[in-house]
Amino acid sequence: MSLLSYLINGISLGSVYAIIALGYTMVYGIAKMLNFAHGDVIMVGGYVVFIMTSGMGLPPVLAVLVSMLVCTVLGMVIERVAYKPLRMAASPLAVLITAIGVSYLLQNLALLLFGANTKSFKSVVTIPPLVLAEGQLTISGETIVTIIACIVIMAGLTLFIKKTRAGQAMLAVSEDKGAAQLMGINVNGTIALTFAIGSALAAVAGVLLCSTYPSLSPYTGAMPGIKAFVAAVFGGIGSIPGAMIGGILLGIIEILGKAYISSQMADAIVFAVLIVVLLVKPTGILGKEIQEKV
Amino acid sequence: MKKMNPTTKYNMITYAVVIVAYILVAALGAAGHISSLMEGLLVPLCIYVILAVSLNLVVGILGELSLGHAGFMCVGAFAGSFFSMCTKEAMPGGLRFFLALVIGAVTAALFGILIGIPVLRLRGDYLAIVTLAFGEIIKNLMNVLYIGRDESGFHFSMKDSVALGLSPEGKTILNGPQGITGTPHDASFTIGVLLILLTLFIILNLIHSRDGRAIMAIRDNLIAAESVGIHVTRYKLMAFTLSASLAGVAGVLYAHNLSTLTALPKNFGYNMSIMILVFVVLGGIGNIRGSVISAVVLTLLPELLRGLSDYRMLIYAVVLIAMMLFNWSPKAVEFRERYSWKRLLHLPSGSGQSTGK
Repeated sequence: MSLLSYLINGISLGSVYAIIALGYTMVYGIAKMLNFAHGDVIMVGGYVVFIMTSGMGLPPVLAVLVSMLVCTVLGMVIERVAYKPLRMAASPLAVLITAIGVSYLLQNLALLLFGANTKSFKSVVTIPPLVLAEGQLTISGETIVTIIACIVIMAGLTLFIKKTRAGQAMLAVSEDKGAAQLMGINVNGTIALTFAIGSALAAVAGVLLCSTYPSLSPYTGAMPGIKAFVAAVFGGIGSIPGAMIGGILLGIIEILGKAYISSQMADAIVFAVLIVVLLVKPTGILGKEIQEKV
Repeated sequence: MKKMNPTTKYNMITYAVVIVAYILVAALGAAGHISSLMEGLLVPLCIYVILAVSLNLVVGILGELSLGHAGFMCVGAFAGSFFSMCTKEAMPGGLRFFLALVIGAVTAALFGILIGIPVLRLRGDYLAIVTLAFGEIIKNLMNVLYIGRDESGFHFSMKDSVALGLSPEGKTILNGPQGITGTPHDASFTIGVLLILLTLFIILNLIHSRDGRAIMAIRDNLIAAESVGIHVTRYKLMAFTLSASLAGVAGVLYAHNLSTLTALPKNFGYNMSIMILVFVVLGGIGNIRGSVISAVVLTLLPELLRGLSDYRMLIYAVVLIAMMLFNWSPKAVEFRERYSWKRLLHLPSGSGQSTGK
């Protein structure tokens, strides 16, 4: 029974990773860049909800919506100010280092505004826990909401990309930026839209993460962000179902590792997974191999 | 002096800058003009310079981003410190510290090869994230590792110091989160400067050798380099390992400057790697002399402007973003070319052609 509860916790944590990994994977697929600041957008989302609920006493649903809005705007501003000017830069390192700078900037701004102290985050979920098997297995409300949110987001995103013009435009831009532009697609707009969606998802992930693990600090987003990137690589970067599979597998690995191997080494185990994946199958579970042409 | 070629001249100037700075500081120190606060900064200064120069080899010359430089430093620090602890009574200080440096460098290089082999075949972003992951793994590992020694040999444990099962005479050397306590204070400013000169000598000579040109060819165009027969993985691994081993040397210096060595996020975490990256970016990616200067300036400046210490990290972040945008954005490059001093002063230069781009 304990294994089952670990598995459920793993799937719950993995769902959060999957939602974050979606942001990474979409941005990577379209802008071909690793958005290091994505993890810190999660933290910003968490703080917005914290201020709205604990500080101003607003209802959680409203707080989450405002948080999504703030993160969407933040994501688009970051893209416009820091990444767009470097899109045509000669060195691929330029935009990567800038992204690290943005991540660092967000962390330190939060540190100055809110202090280094860890805030205790009040869960936004009000669903009572589900008790199964005569009390031997308890599934918390947060877990249920997280897993449902993950499934809904995944299905919604897949439909969006398959059925709408904007989604098709995203696919086209990720396939070939130049050709997409020749077909009359607004490439800059599409990239901005991708950042907007990814950042809104980051806000959702931030709220779910802080509700499950009720603490919030300027560094809250950094580690889950990096782990979600591991999940995206694990599932195959650029692939949406891959992000989901990678995220959930990684969540399960982390929770089982914590339970059965060593709680201090959980992070190390997750990163070891990354190294093994890159060693064995660098394209990830569902990734496609792309040959670089001259 | 008349026939000295430009490369040698450039190198000599770089060495001279370091030596002059050293003599200046030593003279000021002898005259008693250096506060104890500044004196405490001298060895860390050397450490940062070595780290920045060695990271520049990977970022600037090889053109890959490594975010695990602090991890290699951590490996070197613990290996060197562990060696010094074991041979504390058996060896004279000078020889022991020299061997500790060699051991730190070799261990860090081994880890560099270990990480480099799987990763260097991949593209830049992956290298960045894996080196970051590596740094975190090392930091994690050092916090759960216990090593002790008694008359029957070494004992290892990943649980706690009791699980080592040492005899009463035995001593715990590496004590998990408490780290290594009592490393001899062997590091000094003079040794630090000598190590900087050694680092500069190795890296400047590498850059201007056949191997160095091969590495830069890989940076400029991987496919073209491959097609002229450059063994890409080998040269990448060479630069990466050398950089790691020099970071290890910096780590040994770091360990022998403090009495207690612990693997905290503050000293060996991600932030440390980023800080070194800021040094490299500010000094100019690929510019070795720039790395030396920016490491010195960025270490001294926050100490001189104490009031700004809260904003230090924020300023670093802004500097990083602004420098990248200014140096690499095509629009900024065009702007700089159009309004460069050479053009404004009507000097002949070929930069005017790029305006139509």
